[in-house]
Amino acid sequence: MASITFEGVGKVYPGGTRAIYDVNIHVADGEFVVLVGPSGCGKSTLLRMVAGLEEVTEGKLKIGDRVVNDVPPKDRDIAMVFQNYALYPHMTVFDNMAFGLKLRKMPKDEIERRVREAAKILEISDLLDRKPRALSGGQRQRVAMGRAIVREPSAFLMDEPLSNLDAKLRVQMRAELGLLHSKLGTTTLYVTHDQVEAMTMGDRVAVLRKITGEVSNLQQIDTPRVLYDDPANMFVAGFIGSPSMNFVYGRVEGEGDRTYAVFADHRVLIDPKRLAERPGLAHFKGKEIVLGMRPESFEISTAVPESEAIEGRTIEVDVDLVEQLGSEAFVHFTKPVRPVITPDIRELLEDEGADVSELGKETKFTARVNPDYAPRDGDRVKLVVNTEKLHFFDPDTGNVIK
Amino acid sequence: MATMTRVEKLAVAGRTMGVGGRLYRILSAVPTWVLWGLVVIWSLPTFTVLVNSFRTADAQRAVAWWNDFGGYTLENYAEVLGSGVTGGMAQALLNSFSIAIPATIIPIAIAAFAAYAFAWMDFKGREWWFIGTVSLLAVPLQTALIPLLTMFSRGGRWTLPFFEKTVTLFPDVDLAGDLTSVWLAHTGFALPFAIFLLHNYISGLPKDVFESAYIDGADHYTIFWRLVVPLSVPVLAAFAIFQFLWTWNDYLIALTFIGGNREALPATVAIASLAGEFGLREHLLTAGAFVQAFVPIIVFFALQRYFVRGILAGSVKG
Repeated sequence: MASITFEGVGKVYPGGTRAIYDVNIHVADGEFVVLVGPSGCGKSTLLRMVAGLEEVTEGKLKIGDRVVNDVPPKDRDIAMVFQNYALYPHMTVFDNMAFGLKLRKMPKDEIERRVREAAKILEISDLLDRKPRALSGGQRQRVAMGRAIVREPSAFLMDEPLSNLDAKLRVQMRAELGLLHSKLGTTTLYVTHDQVEAMTMGDRVAVLRKITGEVSNLQQIDTPRVLYDDPANMFVAGFIGSPSMNFVYGRVEGEGDRTYAVFADHRVLIDPKRLAERPGLAHFKGKEIVLGMRPESFEISTAVPESEAIEGRTIEVDVDLVEQLGSEAFVHFTKPVRPVITPDIRELLEDEGADVSELGKETKFTARVNPDYAPRDGDRVKLVVNTEKLHFFDPDTGNVIK
Repeated sequence: MATMTRVEKLAVAGRTMGVGGRLYRILSAVPTWVLWGLVVIWSLPTFTVLVNSFRTADAQRAVAWWNDFGGYTLENYAEVLGSGVTGGMAQALLNSFSIAIPATIIPIAIAAFAAYAFAWMDFKGREWWFIGTVSLLAVPLQTALIPLLTMFSRGGRWTLPFFEKTVTLFPDVDLAGDLTSVWLAHTGFALPFAIFLLHNYISGLPKDVFESAYIDGADHYTIFWRLVVPLSVPVLAAFAIFQFLWTWNDYLIALTFIGGNREALPATVAIASLAGEFGLREHLLTAGAFVQAFVPIIVFFALQRYFVRGILAGSVKG
């Protein structure tokens, strides 16, 4: 097993188009790292660079301690699982799994042993004589995994391996892949555009975006928890989490020893602890900034103890729409402030196939509240804001204010 | 809506389905008996030849077969297959095989390698080479016959102007009258189409399968033999049928290149000469035609399931 290291890796296509700039990632031995980002962010290109299917035009790519920029794929000791499985259609499941081993001139009984063992782990032992076309999507997915496992490589590369499965199967396979990784402990680099998949599977998650100019594709790499609670910029904040974070233009105002976040016609008292974590805010006092609030940072005031629903922590809203899901309820409301439109927001909207024009003239909010206390459409309710979890962003750069 | 006539329904379907869909709807609305009628009309000449091949010379010349229910005989076939006429039809059929089989295998072998290279290997000027190769489809066979014959028999030379020096572009190989010359001609004229057809198919094979094999440790040679060839069986078979039928039925190339060597002439040429001078044995042509057509019919029916699949492959997904 081995680590994978990107050192200032870049990619410029022969036509001069730049896809990747200055990516630095270290995937530790045995670690499961997910590359996530909207389409065109270069995540697949990075993976294919590790596989040796794309040339590394800048920087160094290391597997273990060896620089592999010019090493052909077969000598890199990696195995890749493709989005469309890429099974050999004319070979049986057994032959599909054995192909790579046969090419490496492995003795027959060793091939037999490895294939049988992998088939057992993946529970496809009774499918070994079938051809891929006689398999279901989930089974093909397993065979593709099996083909990687039998090689016993130093790292697995997975390119959106679950995206062709239906939703239910995807969730199941997600759990199985996680289990498999903890069983085998093989270093894994995993590419997906699905942030839920990224958050649930990765030891660490790297969020990437399309480059504009000479700025690294890599926005942030950290554990799912940190990405969620402490995003480095509005792009990461908006990309991770569903429904995504609410952004609104506002200001930070001081009054004595208290500091307020002001937006629309509301003033909420910023929790002193949060303030201490964000000393940089002092420089932004009185200036326009972007406030970020996760949907679960709101709660209906009647659903919390009275001691929490105090002055300075609550806002009054007119409910546009309530989505009752049973386990939770989403409350949609708007505030008469122009919506936040920055390059980060534009890119996030584009990724969803939407457009800034769909934001309208006012800022829309989504709150995730206790379903038992959910209001009805058109109600006027008081929401408590969790001011310990407020996020602050610089509207010019999109970066978090710390 | 329930009272819509059939034409109206078709019109509605047509509007929603585009030209292809409309055409399909119209064609599939043609009653089956019309199609059977077409089949009968289309087959009538062939059937006539078949019936006549079993009738005596006198009967063939006297009355049309539908007015005559006598005079059937196997004599025509006996005479054609017997040694009597031109050194024997059996020999001619054997010659046909020894032309058609190599002239099928050689171009397939070359074209498969070429198509793979054009589709999946990176080399300089790949696109231009491919365009150049395929544009050779436009060269008509007939214009090249005499130059080729000259080249095969006397080689090719070019006297440089001003220097008065003669350069040999193609050596004297003296192939005239030899089967090799026919193979080469068939191969040359088959290659542009073969490469085009196989390239269409092979370039449509899923890329990630090759990439996966590449990571698994396969080189181009392994990928070609272990993946491309097995996955291309339909198109290889389709082209093989094409080429076999074409070379089996060829008359012009064979006559041009081996015309002088009567022992090597294929069945097509032998049948043409069956009739003899002044058409004295014209009545044998019908039987000859069926003897000649027997092999292609068998080949076609044996491989027909590949035929449609291979020709459509690449153009239609799935």
